[in-house]
Amino acid sequence: MRNNNIGLWFVAPAFIAIVVFFFGPALAALIISFTDFDIYALADLKNLRFVGFKNYIELLQTPLFWKALSNTLFFVFVGGPLSMAASLGAAILLNSQAAKFKNLARTIFFAPVVTTLVATALVFKYLLHTKYGFLNFALSKFGIDPIDWLGDPKWAMPAIVLFVVWKSFGYNMVIFIAALQNVSSDLSDAAKIDGANAWQRFLNVTLPAIGPSILLVSIMTMTGFFQLFAEPYVMTQGGPAEQTVTVLYMMYEQGFKWWNLGNASAVAFVLFLFMLLMTIIQTKFASKQGVS
Amino acid sequence: MNRRGFLQNIASISGLYGLGACGKILGNENAKSHNIVNMWGMGREGEVVGDLLADFLKSNPQIQVKVQQIPWSAAHEKLLTAFAGNTLPDIAQIGNSWLPEMVAIGAVAPLESLIKNIDNNDYFEGIWQTNIVDNTLYGLPWYVDTRLLFYRKDALKNAGFNQVPDNWNDWQNALKKIKSNIGEKKYSILLPLNEYEPLMTFASQVDDPILKDNATLGNMQSAGFKKALSFYKSMFAQKLAPMSAANEISNVYDEFGRGFFSFYITGPWNIGEFKRRLPEELQDAWATSPMPGPNGWGTSSAGGSSLVLMKNSNKKEAAELIIEYLSRPDVQQKFYDLTGDLPARKSAWVNGGLADDKYASAFYKQLERVKPAPAAPEWERIAQETRIVSELLVRGSLNIDQAAEEMDKRANKILEKRRWMLNRIGGKNAQ
Amino acid sequence: MRIKPQNIALNAFIFILAIIVAFPLFWMLSVSFMAAGEASTFPPPLLPKQTQTSAYHELFSSSGLWKYLFNSIFLAICATILSLTFNVTAGYAFAKLKFKGREAMFQTLLAAMVVPAQVGMMPLFLLLKTFGLVNTYAGALVPWIASVFGIFMVRQFAQSIPDEMLEAARMDGANEWQIFTKLIVPNLMPVMVTLGLFTFLGSWNDFMWPLIIMTDSNSYTLPVALAVLSREHVQDSEMMMAGAVITVLPVLILFIALQRFYMRGLLASSVKG
Repeated sequence: MRNNNIGLWFVAPAFIAIVVFFFGPALAALIISFTDFDIYALADLKNLRFVGFKNYIELLQTPLFWKALSNTLFFVFVGGPLSMAASLGAAILLNSQAAKFKNLARTIFFAPVVTTLVATALVFKYLLHTKYGFLNFALSKFGIDPIDWLGDPKWAMPAIVLFVVWKSFGYNMVIFIAALQNVSSDLSDAAKIDGANAWQRFLNVTLPAIGPSILLVSIMTMTGFFQLFAEPYVMTQGGPAEQTVTVLYMMYEQGFKWWNLGNASAVAFVLFLFMLLMTIIQTKFASKQGVS
Repeated sequence: MNRRGFLQNIASISGLYGLGACGKILGNENAKSHNIVNMWGMGREGEVVGDLLADFLKSNPQIQVKVQQIPWSAAHEKLLTAFAGNTLPDIAQIGNSWLPEMVAIGAVAPLESLIKNIDNNDYFEGIWQTNIVDNTLYGLPWYVDTRLLFYRKDALKNAGFNQVPDNWNDWQNALKKIKSNIGEKKYSILLPLNEYEPLMTFASQVDDPILKDNATLGNMQSAGFKKALSFYKSMFAQKLAPMSAANEISNVYDEFGRGFFSFYITGPWNIGEFKRRLPEELQDAWATSPMPGPNGWGTSSAGGSSLVLMKNSNKKEAAELIIEYLSRPDVQQKFYDLTGDLPARKSAWVNGGLADDKYASAFYKQLERVKPAPAAPEWERIAQETRIVSELLVRGSLNIDQAAEEMDKRANKILEKRRWMLNRIGGKNAQ
Repeated sequence: MRIKPQNIALNAFIFILAIIVAFPLFWMLSVSFMAAGEASTFPPPLLPKQTQTSAYHELFSSSGLWKYLFNSIFLAICATILSLTFNVTAGYAFAKLKFKGREAMFQTLLAAMVVPAQVGMMPLFLLLKTFGLVNTYAGALVPWIASVFGIFMVRQFAQSIPDEMLEAARMDGANEWQIFTKLIVPNLMPVMVTLGLFTFLGSWNDFMWPLIIMTDSNSYTLPVALAVLSREHVQDSEMMMAGAVITVLPVLILFIALQRFYMRGLLASSVKG
């Protein structure tokens, strides 16, 4: 092939941009996480100290960090599977042959995904209002007393999960629909003849067939759920009583509200390590299952 | 031309124009244009400062002012971010408790040339002090602000009191009476859990300072602070105050009108809001009162906003003229008319008859009894952290001793850096 | 032919689900046309007593919404152009051109996929500060210049272009740039629409970075302005819902119009992550 290195010119602009604006800063963040870079250091670099692992050690001793981590893991391990279950349920419904207006229904289910997070979080904030919110009004029809969704420490997390599931399930639904369409109906029909009921057919035919999609989707979904920030920022500002602070929210507050960049960078790296660990576990699991 | 070719042309042409447009807008809007003074005003003040300056600009045609309005809830964050990003304006209105911080990071410049023309006896003493760091004046009080009680006269009367008692004990008894009159679903007082001011007001009334050792160590485990903390906690424990943040009460004025709560610790801006937003028939039913204290009338916070000049400004002369103009007594009076913000200068109070106003007079009395917030640059953060811990206390996950200990722990951690910096400077001076 | 009862039940169920899912968006629209204070009554009204646009008037006159709308549109368009320019060239080259270090560079980019973007945000802010780009459009656009995701998407699509086509063009004496602009770009049009759409929506909906880098209110984008306004105007639900409508509607319309391209991109990126 001619022009051996002309491809370099095509790639270079994008590559340089990614190195300068992404890898460089990420590396710098690692270095900053070993310093006490704060607003004083920003004013005068003489006020910068190299502190080794102090930020990390202190972080692990901060109750708020554990709160934020457990909240984040709650989103990942409760919100994530719930969202995926909703996606799968909706996909199965829309994939059934008897369903009418499939495209319309698919568009409606998908619409929340493309809407602006901040705007819809705001809508939910009002829908979840204790006194004038529609959810409590609807629940009152079933004789359930008003719940202070975003103000009660017990309910704030479930309320945000509710919003996140609504916002996100359409995305995976589309992937599942595509996967379901590739499941051959022959197998299912054969099982039907063998007397398997719908649930058995789902467990033994459909689920194994779409298993690879589920694994791939779960990696994407869970990494996404690690990065929740705008939801608590808009809906609760981390409250009530720090019940909805996520790791990323903590990083934002430390970094861009108080300008404790050293601390905040340590938070960011801990988050990164957790996400990396999750991805590795899931890919290991996936390759064991024979999913490429 | 086929469709693809056409699309391609559109794409490349709009691409060129687009890149050009993107490229043009590299300059920061706040960048140093020559004769425009950039100014940040917070909330309502930011809206009216343009009107306020109209006459000034007419007589000083060489000066132009661009005002930017910053919402109060984001103001502190925005100031720090602008400092970090080097996008501070020339003049800003800042909460006066933030002044030590702005000085410590070197964001603001001393008001040296201004001080000669200003009579500091015309200012409330407690407020003036908040603008001085290391014996240097960095800010000029623009309006003053303190927190005191807005209350329903009818509710208090029904409880058998003709006026607000001047001490904690009697006051709380009044609140209990009110509570027993109005029942389970209503409350005597609103102390929003997302505001630190109510707790800090109580804390300012006890003898122990909130921070000690030159404001480098927390003093929240002192007997005084714990007393204030217990008092605060008891308001919730006895169900006198609802456990909610202000943003969960969707409309404070409606709820006050409906009697959901009868006392509210808040600031002077609400005089105007209460007048405007409460229905006609309730206009005679509310009043203001100075804060009760542990034993007799108590102190409250020395709040308000000051005008500061940023160190990086290259238009200091024009900026100082503006600051000076905005603190003239007649401009202060006009400012009050526009916003209801209380003038920083006593002469503006007396000339305008404000000192005798039925709602404002309580503020005049209170302003003679105000204490500045601890002069720690980290104060805003400490106050926020303290609020978070106090919420844990109120919600019952910590007791008084644990909460006080946690508050000290968080404060001391925040203050560690400055202890180190002061030690280092101290060490150098010793050599 | 008879309709089976379980089919009716299935469709009824889908119908109810669709109503529940669509309800928040419907409610947002409905409240935005209510009179001030109307939504904060009990029982919560479903439809405005009298449809009115006062919330929109209030929003546009008092809050500088035009500015935010302009910022959002302008940034989304610039981000789209940047992303298309940088990612399409790179994606194509990774797919079709051989050059030194191609594999190494590609592996490097692969590694970038696992690092969350937020990790580098703080140093990036400081870096942009030294260039004086804080609070500028350029600063807001930096993360959108090139994306690993975009490069992968284009690369995957470009791989399907037959090599013979390129060879034939080279035989005819076209240089690589001509081949790219005349031959490749038209062929990549579908993936460019998809990538453009993703970028536009991504930039429009982005929150954290504009929140950080746009330090003054003249430079806010719609989501940032909405988040800030919502803290100041908690009680004005009608006005906030009007703001939400203005923010959501453009992307929703764009999505519905170009749904085909969006879904294809979504599926393509999920098959090979």
